[in-house]
Amino acid sequence: MTEAGILAEAGRREHRRITAPGGRPAWALLVVAIAALVATPVLAVLVDGAGGLAAGGLPRGAGEMAVTTVLLMLLVGLGTLVIGGGLAWLVTAYRFPLRGALVWLLVLPLAMPAYILGFVFLSIFDVTGPLQSALRSAFGPEVWVPEVRSLPGAALVLSLTLYPYVYLLARNALLEHAAGTYEAARTLGASRMRALWRVVLPMARPSLAAGLALVMMETLTDFATVQYFNVKTVSVGVYLVWKGSFDFAAASQLSVVVLLFAVAVLAGERRLRGRARFHQQGGRGRGIQPRILTGWQAWTATGVGVSVLLAGFALPVTQLALWAARGLHDGSASLVDPRFVDYLTNSLFVAVITALLCAALAVMIAHGWRMGGRIGAFAAQLTTFGYAVPGAVIGIGVLLSFAHLDEALVRAGVPGGTGLLVTGSVAGVVYAYTVRFLAPAYQAVDASFAKISPSTTLSALTLGASPVRVMGRVHLPLARSGVAVALVLVVIDAVKELPIVLLLRPFGFTTLSVWVYDLARENFWEQAALPSLLIVTVAVAPVLLLFRQVRRAESHSTDGKVDR
Amino acid sequence: MTDKPTTRSPAPTRGTADATPPALTLEGVGKHYGGVVAARDLQLTVAPGELVTVIGPSGCGKSTLLRLIAGLERPDAGTIRIAGETVAGSGRFQQPERRRVGMVFQDYALFPHLTVAQNVAFGLNRAARAERRVRVDEALELVRMAHLSGRYPHELSGGQQQRAALARALAPAPKVVLLDEPFSSLDESLRAQLRADTVAALRETRTTGVLVTHDQTEALSVGDRVVVMRGGAIEQADVPEKVFEQPASRFVASFMGDADFLPAHVDRALLTCEIGIVSTVPGWADSDVDVEVVLRPHEVALRADPSSASRVAAVEYHGAFVLHTVQLPSGRRLRSWQHNGVRYPVGTAVAVGVAPGIVPSLLVGDEAITRPPGRNGGQPLDSREDGLPAPAPALAEDTFHRAR
Repeated sequence: MTEAGILAEAGRREHRRITAPGGRPAWALLVVAIAALVATPVLAVLVDGAGGLAAGGLPRGAGEMAVTTVLLMLLVGLGTLVIGGGLAWLVTAYRFPLRGALVWLLVLPLAMPAYILGFVFLSIFDVTGPLQSALRSAFGPEVWVPEVRSLPGAALVLSLTLYPYVYLLARNALLEHAAGTYEAARTLGASRMRALWRVVLPMARPSLAAGLALVMMETLTDFATVQYFNVKTVSVGVYLVWKGSFDFAAASQLSVVVLLFAVAVLAGERRLRGRARFHQQGGRGRGIQPRILTGWQAWTATGVGVSVLLAGFALPVTQLALWAARGLHDGSASLVDPRFVDYLTNSLFVAVITALLCAALAVMIAHGWRMGGRIGAFAAQLTTFGYAVPGAVIGIGVLLSFAHLDEALVRAGVPGGTGLLVTGSVAGVVYAYTVRFLAPAYQAVDASFAKISPSTTLSALTLGASPVRVMGRVHLPLARSGVAVALVLVVIDAVKELPIVLLLRPFGFTTLSVWVYDLARENFWEQAALPSLLIVTVAVAPVLLLFRQVRRAESHSTDGKVDR
Repeated sequence: MTDKPTTRSPAPTRGTADATPPALTLEGVGKHYGGVVAARDLQLTVAPGELVTVIGPSGCGKSTLLRLIAGLERPDAGTIRIAGETVAGSGRFQQPERRRVGMVFQDYALFPHLTVAQNVAFGLNRAARAERRVRVDEALELVRMAHLSGRYPHELSGGQQQRAALARALAPAPKVVLLDEPFSSLDESLRAQLRADTVAALRETRTTGVLVTHDQTEALSVGDRVVVMRGGAIEQADVPEKVFEQPASRFVASFMGDADFLPAHVDRALLTCEIGIVSTVPGWADSDVDVEVVLRPHEVALRADPSSASRVAAVEYHGAFVLHTVQLPSGRRLRSWQHNGVRYPVGTAVAVGVAPGIVPSLLVGDEAITRPPGRNGGQPLDSREDGLPAPAPALAEDTFHRAR
């Protein structure tokens, strides 16, 4: 019977290796074409920007922006590491009141876009806000308060919205990877602290690195929030240069700098992760035995968790709700504003189109990967890198691509080309969104495809079904849950998305997120409240999905069972 | 085992081969992945209606063989023809969906979102609606699954899933059905029944079949012919009796059932080894050569004999038979099946011989030989007709008695 087992294993390995029978050039080509479509904006930026850099050096102020960017990324990295990593350790290693609820509630700030938390934060802490007013009335107008619209302020807001990435990954690492080895360290006589420093932390390092990389990417891509705080990062530079002077050369040069930052982040993650690929599923051990805290220690722990949750989610939502209620009460609410429906429609229109496009492309990639042989597989990997490219780069890249397309069309005798560039275009927004959100869509679809055994595909083929029929009758029905998840994720991401639409929107085209941004910039906080609440509500949906995952990990850790 | 019941249909007549082309032909087919050779110069012809079993150790290339035939792999060399049509080779490659090859996978690969009937109908989408229904019913009837046609795969037992997969593969009336270890994930108790049912279904529809297995008994009992593979190459392809009784190589001898090897000598047509004279070898009159003799446990006879220097070293009770391992004076070990009633305790001195009527195979190096080496060299297997070693009844029966 061991023989049979070995054979079965060998067979399985063989099946996994050979997924694409013969390699169908047409399908490989399709995936390559999609990859090319995704890569075009980035390549356009690289070609234009690198050429410009070689010719004339960086635009003015680039050095300063780069320094600011580095500082901001480091501060946010540190902030998320302390908040996310600390909270993960707290809820894993200790038991205290409300811990059970905090474990998953602490993920909630992920649903709060930084550009919303940012303006709520400013409304409270800035010069005109209630806090400083109170201070002034108590200590006189000359009382010193730190500048709120500053780099640390921006870093705090970004940390509060981004820490859940680190929290989730760190907690996962603590629960799954470190369980067995932690016990081993304890049986070898290590104290809790020693086991933490010598075993758990090193083992959690790859996860922490991955979480930090996500955080830094988000920080790099943001150029709305930081503008509230007068922080000029390179991404802000791209936006300002483009919106101020429509200077392609300078914008693309700065985009290259942004891209370099992104590459640095990914390289840093690779390095931090090192050669250590901790695939160990130490699920056998009972893991870290939580210590039950009592007295003031317990309440301090609860207090820390609750205050992070309050600052990152509960208080801003309450504030938004108050503003919205007040607005409704005195009739100035944005709800009665006719623009509200318009902008909501715009948001949903772009989001739904993008989602459908992303899901369709994702299915084609996953299917083409199975049909297209090695080339298809390689190209499929390429299609997902858009998520690692900051929004500013994608935005400028899309503009550049359209410009080149127009030029080519004019040269070919089409007067005015596509006309897309002149007017700006919704098509450009959709294209940029697709490049950016194809990765999460593909991951969701691919997760479903991974559950379809290769022999299912192959048996459909041997039954005479053409690849198109295999896609329609077998792959699509079997992957429908993944497609649904992809649609939901992309719709939500697209509704939340701000930087790309700011950069690419045609004149007069406003989405809900742009409206919030504009209103907040003008300090019309109360009017921004309702659309903000709507965005937060929409964004809570994928977080609910995460809750399920967190809870599963939780039950796994307590029962010692893996339910798959 | 030599006179095992032949429930199989008679081997297809080769005379008609001119009229209808072979169902399947492989000529010099090769395939490698990087440096790993998965198929090397494969030659195989399967007649219409024939059922060929393919067996070999893990990684021998038997699955690759199936995948090459199905079109799931592209051969690097050689030609594959299905029913006379070239599907791979000489610059041509036909995709699997055009080959009319049915395949039953190890995990059955039923479509989980379709009912049994819809699964079976999947390959019939080009047929008219009415015809499709008839053929689905026929296929399900064939595997006795008609009453379960509305079920979904997850509502079926393993055996039922296997039947459904078979019905699905047979419904489009493929030129060849390929079965990739179709019974390996079933319980021992179910396996025999399903094996018999599957073979019956293939016979009834006169479908040509290629069945990959890792079970020696299955390969021998099911196949009209057995193909033994090793290292991507075919070691022997012949009727089961020949594969078992006249293995082409040391590998085939030891892989297809238990075998022990003893150094032996042929001198003037007499084969002798440590246990005495084994048989005569007609046609070897002039030879005086060292060989090895292949002895299978059921061919080895034992008799209690206090004067013998051979001792029973181990006894394993297998139910109907008892396996004795005997240590010869040289230290070599020989295994012998004895009937249930015969049990020599460990340490018993036994005389060892060869059961009468047995013509053991001879090896030089790792290859079987049928003619004295040196004159014509080792012979290809098919030329066994002349120079066959013949049993030496008088000698054998005089010297040894079967232990009963």
